[in-house]
Amino acid sequence: MTPTPTLASLAPALPEIWLTVAACIVLLTDAFAGRSARRITPTLTLLLLALGAAAILVWGQVDQRVDLFSGMYTADPLATVLKLLSFLFTAVALLYSRHWLEARGLLKGEYYVLVLTALLGICVMVSAGSLLTLYIGVELLALSLYALVAFDRDSGIAAESAMKYFVLGAIASGCLLYGMSLVYGMTGSLLLGEIAVAVQGQGVAPSLGLMMGLVFVVVGVAFKFGAVPFHMWVPDVYHGAPSPTTLFIASAPKIASFALAYRLLAEGLAGVEPAWGQMITIVAVLSALIGNLIAIAQTNLKRMLAYSAIGNVGFILLGFVAGTERGYEAALFYTIAYVIMALGSFGVIVLAGRRGFEADELDHYKGLHSRDPLLAVLMMVMMFSTAGIPPFVGFWAKLQIFEALWASGHAPLVVFGAAVSVIGVFYYLRVVKLMYFDAPGDLPVPERHTGVRFTLAINAAAVVALGLFPQALLELCQRVLP
Amino acid sequence: MFVQILFYAFSAILLAAALGVIASRNPVHSALSLVLAFFTSAALWLLIEVEFLAIVLVLVYVGAVMVLFLFVVMMLDVNIERVRGGFIRHAGLGLVVASLVAAQMIGVFWARNLGVDATLGAPPLPDDYSNTRALGEVLYTQYVYPFELAAVLLLVAIVAAITLTLRQRPGLKPQDVAKQVAVRREDRVRLVTGVDAAGTGPGADRDASPRGGEGA
Repeated sequence: MTPTPTLASLAPALPEIWLTVAACIVLLTDAFAGRSARRITPTLTLLLLALGAAAILVWGQVDQRVDLFSGMYTADPLATVLKLLSFLFTAVALLYSRHWLEARGLLKGEYYVLVLTALLGICVMVSAGSLLTLYIGVELLALSLYALVAFDRDSGIAAESAMKYFVLGAIASGCLLYGMSLVYGMTGSLLLGEIAVAVQGQGVAPSLGLMMGLVFVVVGVAFKFGAVPFHMWVPDVYHGAPSPTTLFIASAPKIASFALAYRLLAEGLAGVEPAWGQMITIVAVLSALIGNLIAIAQTNLKRMLAYSAIGNVGFILLGFVAGTERGYEAALFYTIAYVIMALGSFGVIVLAGRRGFEADELDHYKGLHSRDPLLAVLMMVMMFSTAGIPPFVGFWAKLQIFEALWASGHAPLVVFGAAVSVIGVFYYLRVVKLMYFDAPGDLPVPERHTGVRFTLAINAAAVVALGLFPQALLELCQRVLP
Repeated sequence: MFVQILFYAFSAILLAAALGVIASRNPVHSALSLVLAFFTSAALWLLIEVEFLAIVLVLVYVGAVMVLFLFVVMMLDVNIERVRGGFIRHAGLGLVVASLVAAQMIGVFWARNLGVDATLGAPPLPDDYSNTRALGEVLYTQYVYPFELAAVLLLVAIVAAITLTLRQRPGLKPQDVAKQVAVRREDRVRLVTGVDAAGTGPGADRDASPRGGEGA
């Protein structure tokens, strides 16, 4: 019999409790506010997110690992930081999206509710202490995202991509669940801590059942990351979804994928690291290669960035390949840096369009400099940074991965990573060339929303500042990972 | 011994019913076969003394989900022949996948170095053991967190389903509960005079309106 929890002992679970309440508040307010809901809901959501983040900072912080709800919930410094970042990234994504949604008649309260529940799913995954909660978190996030992708009901391409995402996502969830059930059968526990003890010392040759479980678990993780060969959904979903949804999918859920891989593989199944390390190596190498190669052939910017995301996921997974503390730190640094850059580049896509004009083809960026110099500069910063050119943060992210790989004796992978990065530079710089050196066609001028553009400028400034002073973020990554 | 005979009997029925789901030409027969499959799997669960799950399976799946299924199947005019054409065309690939899945399942069951004997049955439970009570005791204590999260998952499903399907368009006939409650007898029922109340046989009301008694 577990002791009855008191209110104070529940404080570490504040983010989840707060988000559940916030989603209900937004849902009810939107339903009863009538015509003024359009004005109230976005502001209310941002306000609730800000209050939640503040509450986590004041009451929800923990100095060391705390297990709640019979070990199903884990609060540690890593979880706190990842949750705060997810709150921040979600708030920024919502800020960018508002005018886009309003101009296309999609500004509905449900959009904000679903984003909040997706964020709840992310937080549940980040704090998962057992396979059960991890899986529910995955489903909570996925279910919200399916609906967000299909949010523009009159768009055929959105419905198509939502359908693909849903079917493939269901298969991947099945794989993940099957793998988890095998791991449970072999270790006798759902709790990640107990699984870690059970698999300790099994090393390179785990039992057949555990090995099969590992295969399915890795398939599930690779799908959620969008890594090759389970990447098929990424370009279609990024392309077909409404731009604000693409922006959101590219941001906070990547943190959830990192948390899923870290909690499951690096914490729970650390004992069989050599076994899953081999599988992750193949997935990572293929992702980095195929993502960067196919991105060259794209004519649609959203598709190009989708393949770029696949390539970047390859680099994040290379951090896991290193299998050392240093490697996980590098992967965490890379994930955070990538999300900041993805927010910026998709933010430009969202802001560069206007009603009746989606700025998602590469040709739409021809001569953007002469139409809107600020957006062109911000996009250039994002492209340079994602390509890994110093002094932007993307450079340090790649460098961290290379250092970790080198230190753990994976020299060939370092060479491979460097070569793939050089291929990647081509298509990032092509966007810059289109914006600055091509003649502007007869394209509409983007609307100018001062507040949002200011946020985007801060986003770009963060990319530059973290590139010049990466030490702060590095130390944060080192501090939160044990 | 008796339990084993029951197990094999129910398993055989279950397999036959599952085959019936995918093999029958009529979708209604398929749905009814699925009901049979649910019933027999509930019986199998009873054999391993998990009576709560068995009852819930029948209540929820047969009582609610399958009835809904049957309604949908009967209302939608599904062209089953076209679907079956695809079934036969993809049968080769399906067979390959099916045999792979079967091989994996057999592999899991019979692998020597698995460390557990999957063919052993569960040990019998004491007489005073109640499966329902055992579930009830952990659901709101040990498993309260995932339980609440599952509730949120259902909420998300509701919100998503309504968002994606609710459309404001002209010509809708929504229910207005207040109007339904406030309806008066005069709005719905029209009493028609002229029918012989004594009812002296069919010949008597031939002069009156033959359908008058129905009221409209």
